[in-house]
Amino acid sequence: MRAELCAALMAHADRPEMVFLTGDLGFMALEPLRDRMGDRFINCGIGEQNMVGVAAGLAREGLEPWVYTIAPFCYARAFEQIRNDICLHGLPVRLLGNGGGYGYGVMGPTHHALEDYGVLLTLPNLTAYVPAFNEDVIAVIGSAAVSPGPSYIRLGRGERPAGAVLPAYAPWRRLTRGDGPVVVAVGPLAGAAMAALAELPVRPELWVVSELPLATVAPPRAFAESIAASRRLCVVEEHVGQGGLAQMLAVWALNAGIRVDGFRHQHARGYPSGLYGSQNFHRRESMLDPDSIRDAVLELAA
Amino acid sequence: MYVNKTMAFAERPDPTSGPMADCHLPPDLLNEARRRLLQMHWDSGVGHLGGNLSALDAMMLLHHEMIGPQDRFILSKGHSAGAYYITLWSLGLLTDADLLTFHKDGTRLAGHPPASGIPSILFSTGSLGHGLPLAAGLALAARLEGNKRRVFCLTSDGEWQEGSTFEALIFAAHRSLANLTILVDHNGLQGFGSTADVASMDPLGVRLAGFDVDIRACDGHDLPSLRTALAPGGNRPTVVIMRTIKGRGVPGMEGHMESHYLPLTETNYRAALAGIGLPA
Repeated sequence: MRAELCAALMAHADRPEMVFLTGDLGFMALEPLRDRMGDRFINCGIGEQNMVGVAAGLAREGLEPWVYTIAPFCYARAFEQIRNDICLHGLPVRLLGNGGGYGYGVMGPTHHALEDYGVLLTLPNLTAYVPAFNEDVIAVIGSAAVSPGPSYIRLGRGERPAGAVLPAYAPWRRLTRGDGPVVVAVGPLAGAAMAALAELPVRPELWVVSELPLATVAPPRAFAESIAASRRLCVVEEHVGQGGLAQMLAVWALNAGIRVDGFRHQHARGYPSGLYGSQNFHRRESMLDPDSIRDAVLELAA
Repeated sequence: MYVNKTMAFAERPDPTSGPMADCHLPPDLLNEARRRLLQMHWDSGVGHLGGNLSALDAMMLLHHEMIGPQDRFILSKGHSAGAYYITLWSLGLLTDADLLTFHKDGTRLAGHPPASGIPSILFSTGSLGHGLPLAAGLALAARLEGNKRRVFCLTSDGEWQEGSTFEALIFAAHRSLANLTILVDHNGLQGFGSTADVASMDPLGVRLAGFDVDIRACDGHDLPSLRTALAPGGNRPTVVIMRTIKGRGVPGMEGHMESHYLPLTETNYRAALAGIGLPA
């Protein structure tokens, strides 16, 4: 989604308040933005803690900082700066984390972001965005740009199945209708789920979530009605189970009095074999690949 | 019986609403601030007094003579919040009633600067290593906006063991943030030993001179020396290393590591008051 990110940011780049900070990343992607922004495009070097603190200082003066690095170097390395300097003060700093989940594949575990939105959503005032498709990026950037508080944007790779027609961007979208189990995916895994669930006899209903937490962006009534009717729920996310969407939905369902009789949670399981590979390799190991998603839904439907 | 002189201070010009060139920190006001700081810590029974006393003179001088309404101050060594609150009180920005709440339930005056409730305080600090990046951001914002404001950041000496402080120094030096003045309260003592024994950076000025910054040294308890060192600099950031004494003015605390955490004893409190010419 880097090309889409660059294009989306270019639409805001002429705003004199906008400042773009990068932790020495963006090669072969962000050069057009750099050239457009001039001295408001700042390569902070390899020092993410400083970069986030600088962004907080800029925001305190009314400027509009965007902070870009790969996802783990953002939320994990600079967590205390995000907490103390940005979120305690509710400052509108936009954190752009590239390569959510296993996105950096065989680069290894230091480059994976398996607990990013779960960790960050423990902080006050923060909204997490997980665009699902390349087409979502421009809307997500537009939404974060006008958000009055801090934002974290988890970027991945768009996985829209060939020929698929997508509804316009929304924090919650129903991608397919059905009377079988309700499947809800976070971000790009929705594309894999669309492919996996096509033409199943059980007709699952597929939703995609791109904004969290639920306290800020509540599930729509139609989603609640589908869960209430189906009573079978499968949550799919490239994130560890702890702090993920499934836990959020469990609390939401309990509070709403919505009964769920059958439940599956397909989530990142770390490195069960101790081996490394592509993003798809790690998805298979975590049962996040299309076959595993299909099997989970069929089990729920049985 | 102590005399509260706050009302008398209200008669002097408000340095936050006018040019600073003619402002001058009266020695009796500094003495009164010291007395009020001691009283506040005595009343609340809390520690961290040593680093407050080593930083008070610089904070008072900055705020009464140098920091105008357009300028910015970040207390990176947030454990000196008491001295910061007293400085704001001396400016009429906090009241005696506010100071009575220091460290109490329901206070705005927490042990480290709060995130809200005191408009003069831009950031909640206290976890060391945060202030200099924030100050660098404020200084960068001023440059991008064509604003001539100065940004002051007061760090501790132990804080230079934090990697993020050096990240910010590299950034500020590389960007030639000449509007940034970094103060180092070099009292030589930290939480569980001396800085020389724990993780020596001595001589700190020599270490920092390896970066593209102006290094100045001064006596952090001598106002003329501080004035000279804190004067506007050239075309790169300025680092002012202030030689200070932890627990300055409290005979039983001066130069003692214990003053980092331990509260005042009655003996020390009364000796300190006597030392500044007040009845013990």
